[in-house]
Amino acid sequence: MTDIAPAAAATAAIESKDLSIYYGSFQAVRDVNLDIQPNRITAIIGPSGCGKSTVLRAFNRMNELIPNVNTTGEVLFRGQNIYKSDVDPVEVRRHIGMVFQKPNPFPKSVYENVAWGARINGFKGNMDELVHNSLTAAALWDEVKDKLDQSGLSLSGGQQQRLCIARAIAVRPDIILMDEPCSALDPIATLRIEELMRDLATEYTIIIVTHNMQQAARVSDRTAFFSLSDDGKRAGMLMEYGDTKTMFTRPEKKITEDYITGRFG
Amino acid sequence: MAPTRTSDHVSLKRKPRLRELVIQSLLFVCGLLSIFVTAGIIYELGKESLLFFGRTQWQLTNKPIVADIAPADTRIEVGPIGTPLREGDTLRLDQEVLHLIAIEDSIYVVERGVQDTAPASHAAGAVLHKGVDPSLAEFFTGTTWAPHAGQFGVLPLLNATLMVSGIAILVALPLGLATAIYLSEYASPRARNTLKPILEILAGVPTVVYGYFALTFMTPLLRTIFGQNVVQIYNTASAGIVIGILILPLVSTISEDALNAVPRSLREAAYGLGATRLETAVRIVLPAAFSGIAAAAILAISRAVGETMVVALAAGAGPAFTFNPFQAAETMTGHIVRISGGDLSYDSLDYNSIFAIGLMLFVMTLALNIFSQYIVRRFREVYE
Amino acid sequence: MSASNLQQRHRTGRVWLVVFQVALLTGIVALTALLFNILNGSFGYVAIEDTIAPQDLAVNGVPLEEQDKDTLIQVLQAHISAGLFARYEFDKPFAERSAGEVYDLILERVVEPKFVAQWSLYETLTNRDAIRQTAAQDFPNARLEFRSWLNSHFLRAPQSSYPEIAGVRTAVLGSLWTIGIAVLFAFPVGVAAAVYLQEYAPDNLINRIIQTNITNLAGVPSIIYGILGLAIFVRALGHFTSGVAFGASDPTTSNGRTILSAGLTLGMLVLPLIIINAQEAIKAVPSSLRQASFGLGATRWETVWHHVLPNAISGIMTGTILAISRAIGETAPLVVIGASTFIQVDPEGPFSNFTTLPIQIYQWTARPQSVFRNLAGGASLVLLGLLLTLNATAIILRNRYRRSL
Ligand SMILES: Nc1ncnc2c1ncn2[C@@H]1O[C@H](COP(=O)(O)OP(=O)(O)OP(=O)(O)O)[C@@H](O)[C@H]1O
Ligand SMILES: [Mg+2]
Repeated sequence: MTDIAPAAAATAAIESKDLSIYYGSFQAVRDVNLDIQPNRITAIIGPSGCGKSTVLRAFNRMNELIPNVNTTGEVLFRGQNIYKSDVDPVEVRRHIGMVFQKPNPFPKSVYENVAWGARINGFKGNMDELVHNSLTAAALWDEVKDKLDQSGLSLSGGQQQRLCIARAIAVRPDIILMDEPCSALDPIATLRIEELMRDLATEYTIIIVTHNMQQAARVSDRTAFFSLSDDGKRAGMLMEYGDTKTMFTRPEKKITEDYITGRFG
Repeated sequence: MAPTRTSDHVSLKRKPRLRELVIQSLLFVCGLLSIFVTAGIIYELGKESLLFFGRTQWQLTNKPIVADIAPADTRIEVGPIGTPLREGDTLRLDQEVLHLIAIEDSIYVVERGVQDTAPASHAAGAVLHKGVDPSLAEFFTGTTWAPHAGQFGVLPLLNATLMVSGIAILVALPLGLATAIYLSEYASPRARNTLKPILEILAGVPTVVYGYFALTFMTPLLRTIFGQNVVQIYNTASAGIVIGILILPLVSTISEDALNAVPRSLREAAYGLGATRLETAVRIVLPAAFSGIAAAAILAISRAVGETMVVALAAGAGPAFTFNPFQAAETMTGHIVRISGGDLSYDSLDYNSIFAIGLMLFVMTLALNIFSQYIVRRFREVYE
Repeated sequence: MSASNLQQRHRTGRVWLVVFQVALLTGIVALTALLFNILNGSFGYVAIEDTIAPQDLAVNGVPLEEQDKDTLIQVLQAHISAGLFARYEFDKPFAERSAGEVYDLILERVVEPKFVAQWSLYETLTNRDAIRQTAAQDFPNARLEFRSWLNSHFLRAPQSSYPEIAGVRTAVLGSLWTIGIAVLFAFPVGVAAAVYLQEYAPDNLINRIIQTNITNLAGVPSIIYGILGLAIFVRALGHFTSGVAFGASDPTTSNGRTILSAGLTLGMLVLPLIIINAQEAIKAVPSSLRQASFGLGATRWETVWHHVLPNAISGIMTGTILAISRAIGETAPLVVIGASTFIQVDPEGPFSNFTTLPIQIYQWTARPQSVFRNLAGGASLVLLGLLLTLNATAIILRNRYRRSL
């Protein structure tokens, strides 16, 4: 982590400090300090159950939708701790969007899928243009331009996932969180989404959880490796964080190397 | 695409979302309304029942006084007609309450102006009322229900209710259980998918139609089988059997769910040991599903206890303390319907009495329902 | 284990299989008997004695059925007393009555058909000759007619104490009115409560109490709701439910035993059912939709209104229709709150006194004269028809719902 100058850390897009997350009394994530750099793709990797999704959801307070979740520590976004009591999670999510593991378009038309989020967020401009731009940005426009009024559910899995990405960017977030966005897709659809992510990175900060090491290596600029604590409590911890290239060629820790080379996980 | 993104300075501060707040409060109030319904039931039933037990009920004796009396008179002459009274009775003349000390033929020796009433003059011909205090002990032990004659024993009504429910469950449990076993352990999915909806039609038929069925089909049938002299036109057997048919789908559906919840592995283990289909069903699956079936049976009893129209039409229109299922006997629910079917005036003896019976009915069914839920919860634990 | 032992076990198995099948069959036989019994009462021969045979009322060779209104009025006037005619004129001027109404009056007052005997459908089908003989012997002046007790007159005519002219019109209208009010009350409240419990309620004591309470309310006997309705709507709130508070009825004659009270009582009765069914429908909406919505920065209500409810609505409707079916057949609570026994005029609004179809069936069945049982049979058919229509709607909705997911 030597390459991060303190100045760069100060301009982090979002940053967690001593973040711990509990499901009831079970501590799923322990003391995570992670600063995400703007306009970069950050990959979160690690064995199953180590709390990757939990951390990701903590970045836009989606954990609150699960009963009995308790979060301690801070998540700083633009200098504000989003867990402060006077912060509205709805506002947070307007700035930090999310794409889920399984494509989940609304059972509405393609057009509505993209327009809905912008509309409830008070978008007053030209909606047709916004839909067009968002679908173009999600590399989907050419495929759906003739079926804008068909149900979003009638698209293929890969198209649905790109529709979900278009939907997310239509509300102009700063950050897009993606939780294994390609795990339900075939290799070709996966490739398209990966290309799309690279394009989007010029404008958005992207955090992606993935199980696929090649994917992390291909698309991400930086990689955070999580693993379970070895004290028997099975809490997820941040083990190593740095440039993807460095992580995959010269990991600092033995455990990271073991995981990356497929010796466990 | 122009990056017209949110400005660098954003506020994540919570803004007052008035609409959300109003809507959430409204929804909460709607949720709370169900509590008010329960509270209303308990409050009204309790309040009027207390009035039933806590207040002297005045019955008209039709017995007049023969001569005018002055406030000081303690010996009053009464006419020969009307309900005879006994020494120790509390009496009322207009607004004044009297205590009957002794009876000397047609002369009543009374204490005047008791219970904080003032002695007054009464004209000849004024009619005596007799005061009766329904007591809890009498309510639960008396074997005659005739409130207007001063007898408040609920046992005849309770007994009829229990008889009808007993007969109903005797019909519904074996039939429902056997049906459930057949549907879950033997029938092909196709057969099940056609047979189940047919049985569920039974659950959709209004109870008053069952009442019609009991009176015009089941009763004549019973009378043909057992003899016109043995089976009365109104009888608890007919009502009980028909209620049994009515709760049959309840028993079979819940029992079948319970049987289906038994893991496949258990059946496979039994087959693997060489058990036949029957042995697997009866010795392995049935005991494993026992609590679910018990819950179904209890729920069915609760339903039978609260069932009204069938008994109102077929069981009998007068309280009778009998254990003979072929005789007429009015149940608690049947009594409430009959009494309130007439012109019921508020605060009358009848009005208060239906609340007392209603309270008892409510407590009985609630206890049964809670018991059944308790069993279901236990049953879940077994499989987790 | 010897072979004969195994054979024995298989034999036992077969015997019990038969027992199970017989049990199932018994249920189906019971259903068949129930339905047949209604048909049995709804059709069959009747022996009818007319005071004046309709054919004797022909004027200039035109039979009664084909006469115009003026002729009908003349026929009526010729056969009833002047006083009675004047009273009819007073009740509703003949100028305002339709030809059909005058015709009905003639049937009622002039022809005066009397049912002197009636037979069930089963007897009618199996014993035709014997019935003819008996009828000819015992009722020489009567004509024997195959009658469907469910007929258009029966549907159109108001209640009457004469079985010959009685109908279910007032009862059907009363049922529709009460159900309408029940739904108006219970549907919004029930769905709102379900939304609260599924989408808003944190898992705390009060919400657990609400949930348990709803489950238990669903098991409370319907007659208890009647008692509650009597105490609250009829008595305590009588000022409002009678319409006096709104100046809608006469304070000296009106009471709280109105359609409004009945509707609210039935509403309370179906409320827990609607809540439970709506909760199930809302539960069935995939949580991924909610997450997608929240992820876009939607508020809870935006999520509920735009995604949860539209996707749950057919399930909610299906559940509500099932709850309504239950309410339509309810009798006991309405008897307790005091449905009027004898109502001949159509209900005019929520403050009218009322009777309903199940109450009508109850009262006709409870009458000692067997002829009213036939009317009860016909009314039961009407009720079952109503329920069938409702359930068919529910099934159609459910199928559409399945397809859309
Ligand atoms: N809703 C929940 N309730 C209780 N425990 C949960 C819940 N969700 C996750 N957990 C627990 O928290 C820990 C972290 O889960 P999480 O889903 O974040 O892991 P993950 O790294 O995303 O795993 P995967 O790679 O399999 O998706 C796990 O032990 C899991 O069992
Ligand atoms: Mg995960």
